[in-house]
Amino acid sequence: MDTFVQQIINGLTVGAIYALIALGYTMVYGILRLINFAHGDVYMVGAFVGYFLAFQLGFAAGPSLVGLAIVLIGSMIAAALVGIAMERFAYRPVRKYARMTTLITAIGVSLLIENLFVAKLGAAPRAFPQLLREQSYTLFGNAAISKSQILIFAVSVALMMLLQWIIFKTKVGTAMRAVSFNLNSAKLMGINTDMIISFTFALGSALAAAGGVLTAQYNPQIDPLMGILTGLKAFVAAVLGGIGNIPGAVLGGLLIGIAETFVVGYGQKVGIPTTFRDAVAFAILILVLLFRPTGLLGSTVQEKV
Amino acid sequence: MKRILLSLVVMACMLATFACERRGGVGGDNNTGPIRVGYYGDLTGRTSNFGVSTKNGAMMAADEINKAGGINGRQIEILSEDDEGRPEKAATVVTKLIDQDKVVALVGEVASGNSLAAAPKAQAAHVPMISPSSTNPAVTQVGDYIFRVCFIDPFQGEVMAKFAANTLHAKTAAIMQDFNAPYSRGLTEFFESSFTKLGGKILTKQSYTQGDRDYKGQLTSIRSLTPDVIYVPGYYGEVGVIAKQAKQLGITQPLLGGDGWDAPQLWELGGDALNGDYISNHYSVEDPSPAIQKFVNDFKARYKIVPDALAALGYDAMRVLADAIKRGGTTDGPKLRDAIAATKDFPGVTGVISINAERNAVKPAVVLKLQDGKYVYQETIKP
Repeated sequence: MDTFVQQIINGLTVGAIYALIALGYTMVYGILRLINFAHGDVYMVGAFVGYFLAFQLGFAAGPSLVGLAIVLIGSMIAAALVGIAMERFAYRPVRKYARMTTLITAIGVSLLIENLFVAKLGAAPRAFPQLLREQSYTLFGNAAISKSQILIFAVSVALMMLLQWIIFKTKVGTAMRAVSFNLNSAKLMGINTDMIISFTFALGSALAAAGGVLTAQYNPQIDPLMGILTGLKAFVAAVLGGIGNIPGAVLGGLLIGIAETFVVGYGQKVGIPTTFRDAVAFAILILVLLFRPTGLLGSTVQEKV
Repeated sequence: MKRILLSLVVMACMLATFACERRGGVGGDNNTGPIRVGYYGDLTGRTSNFGVSTKNGAMMAADEINKAGGINGRQIEILSEDDEGRPEKAATVVTKLIDQDKVVALVGEVASGNSLAAAPKAQAAHVPMISPSSTNPAVTQVGDYIFRVCFIDPFQGEVMAKFAANTLHAKTAAIMQDFNAPYSRGLTEFFESSFTKLGGKILTKQSYTQGDRDYKGQLTSIRSLTPDVIYVPGYYGEVGVIAKQAKQLGITQPLLGGDGWDAPQLWELGGDALNGDYISNHYSVEDPSPAIQKFVNDFKARYKIVPDALAALGYDAMRVLADAIKRGGTTDGPKLRDAIAATKDFPGVTGVISINAERNAVKPAVVLKLQDGKYVYQETIKP
């Protein structure tokens, strides 16, 4: 029983990170019908900005909660700027062309960011400084939760609530929903759509960067290619939940995280090798596309952001 | 259809390039000027600690030999190539070293997977290759031009199994292997067979792949079985994190590993969580023998870091090669091959090196305990 609970906790930890990244995919898709394949790399950029901030500001020396907060917020701001720049210089110029053009541009941006980082920093994994004094709390039996896991849950829930508030309670959120409903009509209503699109990219990128810094507390190994697989899985999570649907992205992320952990934890008992962990997300993707292309929570008429 | 056509065209172009490339080949060395030796390794990729360390060792050996007058009056020139830790790239850079740079011999790689990819190129061109530290048995089985100056996985796996069963009195073990690395799978196989032979029981075998971000799923499964020891024959990048996540789950059993753990970065990733774990390795920096201490001090003076086992093996590989060129009096491929094969009782810093009929070095291994950033010598296990 405690093993089962432990696996659920493990799965939710991984899933919360996927959820944070999936939100960015789903928001951008909701507004532009664009799958931003460079989004996984923004997550990586976030982790690296956090890494350099921690060293530059002298927080790398020892654990400190203030340091963690500053590093987290700093990397979110930096990633938001990266997101804005990405949209301004890569996607906006090609926005008026066919959807395929923007998709290919996204793949190009992704490769550009990855290889720029590999060229500048090398592909060798780096050790992210530990800003949290790691400690484990026993729940019952053997089931334990570590401080970094609690941090991941707390911060991701807080960020998701903040996002919900922005989208439904603020003026800019209303504008985002209007743009996702119909870009041209929104423009006619006097909404500065370019600004709203930039804002959406900034928001999604900041969430991904938070995911990057949080994972780096959980697993301190960061490298320039860390965003590829994680990004793809988060994309699957967004599709599973129903792309364009915000609660769906969160649900999809958590489900993918749990599914993966269960393949590792229990797969061997039913004859599935542990190495199928990475395959399971994509198997889910195929099943979703075959049987429920709108995803779990998605539907054709739905408020999308 | 278009895509298939395109890939066919690309393949045809590549084949055409390869066909033209193998001109010249061996004999590019005209017995004057510097002796060109090719080094290839991972200098910027995921395991770049390995490649850089080995290269440092090899460069230091070459400089020492050059300062002492070179080999039969000729200087050694090392041409270095980066394979980014990718097997396909390893094969490409080795082809370049052989065909374009006309090296007389090769030193490399560390990871068995990369050596396996590059070795057939060296074998086909009859250019001797000495791997400093690829421990998978298949590497030297590629052909009679492929050598190594380290022990092999059956022995390394056996060393850890013996240590676990005899010294730690472990009855049960769990294994966590890096599924895509021939190195890790080889060690897993040989640890398993030796440990079982010694009366132990393997409770579970779990797998991960390089670059995974979460290992708690596997570790939780292992925890529920309460093995006496956990064998993790992986590379430092993942192992450091595995150790950390294991401690978070309250796993107190020692983790056991191999030489793939030995890199400064291991401690940055794992920190205190590594204390109390054990690894098998090629040599110990604590060894008081004058030859080892001289090497350690010279290396520290030159690079400002303590040499890990890979630096020592890189150093030995280069010196074994130089010794063979000197004894054979030639850089001609087949004759140099014979000279390397005849290496006997060469005094290396990682032990006395004799090359056996399978072109492997027969040497003892040491078991080290990890404690606060240091490797504490435990015991030496002989073949």
